[in-house]
Amino acid sequence: MINPNDEFGLTRAMWFKEKQGASVDVVNVGGPETEPTLRKALAIGADSAIRVNTPAIDGFQVAKQLAKVAKDGEYDLIIAGRESLDYNGGMVPGMVAALLNANFINTCIGLEVDGDKATAIREIDGGKETLTTSFPLVIGTQKGLVQESDLRIPNMRGIMQARKKPLNVVEPIETANQTSIDKFEKPAPRGAIKLIDADNLDELINLLHNEAKVI
Amino acid sequence: MSVLVYTESEEGKFKKASLEVASYAKEVAKILQTTVTAVTFNTKDASELKNYGVDKVLNITNEKLGNFNAEAYADVLKQAAEKEGSKVVILSQSANSKYVAPLLAVHLNAGYASNVVGLPESADPFTVKRTAFTNKAFTHTKIDTDIKIIGLSNNSFGLKENQGNAIAEDFSPTLSEADFSVKVINVDKAKDKVTIADADIVVSGGRGLKGGENWGMIEDLADTLGAALACSKPVSDMGWRPHSEHVGQTGKPVASNLYIAIGISGAIQHLAGVNASKVKVVINNDPEAPFFKAADYGVVGDAFEIVPKLTEKLKEFKAKNA
Repeated sequence: MINPNDEFGLTRAMWFKEKQGASVDVVNVGGPETEPTLRKALAIGADSAIRVNTPAIDGFQVAKQLAKVAKDGEYDLIIAGRESLDYNGGMVPGMVAALLNANFINTCIGLEVDGDKATAIREIDGGKETLTTSFPLVIGTQKGLVQESDLRIPNMRGIMQARKKPLNVVEPIETANQTSIDKFEKPAPRGAIKLIDADNLDELINLLHNEAKVI
Repeated sequence: MSVLVYTESEEGKFKKASLEVASYAKEVAKILQTTVTAVTFNTKDASELKNYGVDKVLNITNEKLGNFNAEAYADVLKQAAEKEGSKVVILSQSANSKYVAPLLAVHLNAGYASNVVGLPESADPFTVKRTAFTNKAFTHTKIDTDIKIIGLSNNSFGLKENQGNAIAEDFSPTLSEADFSVKVINVDKAKDKVTIADADIVVSGGRGLKGGENWGMIEDLADTLGAALACSKPVSDMGWRPHSEHVGQTGKPVASNLYIAIGISGAIQHLAGVNASKVKVVINNDPEAPFFKAADYGVVGDAFEIVPKLTEKLKEFKAKNA
């Protein structure tokens, strides 16, 4: 599946394609098993796909590979989900921007392009801010960038067309990862819930105050 | 060698997350047998930091840095880390910290671990525990680079007092024009309102509340508790509440001390996003709602009766314990 954070970005890219004549390429770093995801993006409407043929190890290594692809392709706008759904690292978009010396706007919930100027809205803690910048630009995307109702499910025509669209496999550049996972751990099982009678809310307050000590 | 801390303040007051990061940094510094240096931006009085073990404060006073600017702040932090010879840089997981950290990581050629929830398990190799799969699991992640950046999950460590000197020193980093190629032109932020990221208590409403017009009682409860307001995904999708209040996997993460879920059944994506909260209370009329399996305290019943009653009782409790 496409990471929802990426999907919001892809949907916005489709808007730039249809309304402003942009061409849209999709890229991922991963083995052949990731190709159905790229095909899905092509079926949604991307023009071509690139797969960097190496497993994704950590955020830095992925960012290095993506920065190489972005540099070679001379892209103006690079759209990436704010974080992955598995490791939630939240670092690839920013690292790609820094590696490319490109401008960067994270947690982007609005983007308009007018000539060589971009205006973006960023979600901040407790509000939002409006920013202007130029290209090349990397944005970290999330829910809010497009309406949920604008997300697209590939139709049959799109799926058929996607089969004929180019999916280029490129070999990775030499790079090392900076972090590695030693082991995984499951959260400790939680204790059973304490149910409080709806007519005895004093007991709830008592428990929150004396037992949980949170009020 | 000093452990470097990025602190954020608002209207001259340090954010709780920054004091938490300082507390954490002090413990890391003890492990590494070094000191803690905090970086502050346009802060007149940084003396509060000495209660949390900060030994030295690098204060940057520069009007151009009045608004947060990720590239410029990353540049400043890089220069501060170089000046201090820091091998470990620690930030919170606020929106701004998450924005600046990956830029800083590239500039310092440092490995970055985000969502960290514990002190380093060992210094060499440098291994930290972090959450993954939206709080459904932990990974023990090794950072292999010479310089390490840690993004500490908010409210995962807590505040810990430690006496430091917090000796202030003015610091004037060199800024370039390129640092300001992204410009903030407008900030739209609710004043005097506790944000989900900073809140000790979060009160959250779901579809069971039947419509945005019924939020008055939720707001009353939140006000009584000094809590931030939140909501489930369907509620923000239907436009009952703004997207900024949506918490869950695709919304904001919650890591409060207390999370009260009202009329929220507890879809797995919602639970993932609020899992990091320490104590969870669920109020729902459906005893089969999955949230009852994920919460600490539960009340089965009609929210429209329970919530106003609970608010009244809390007001009495607050008055008594004031």
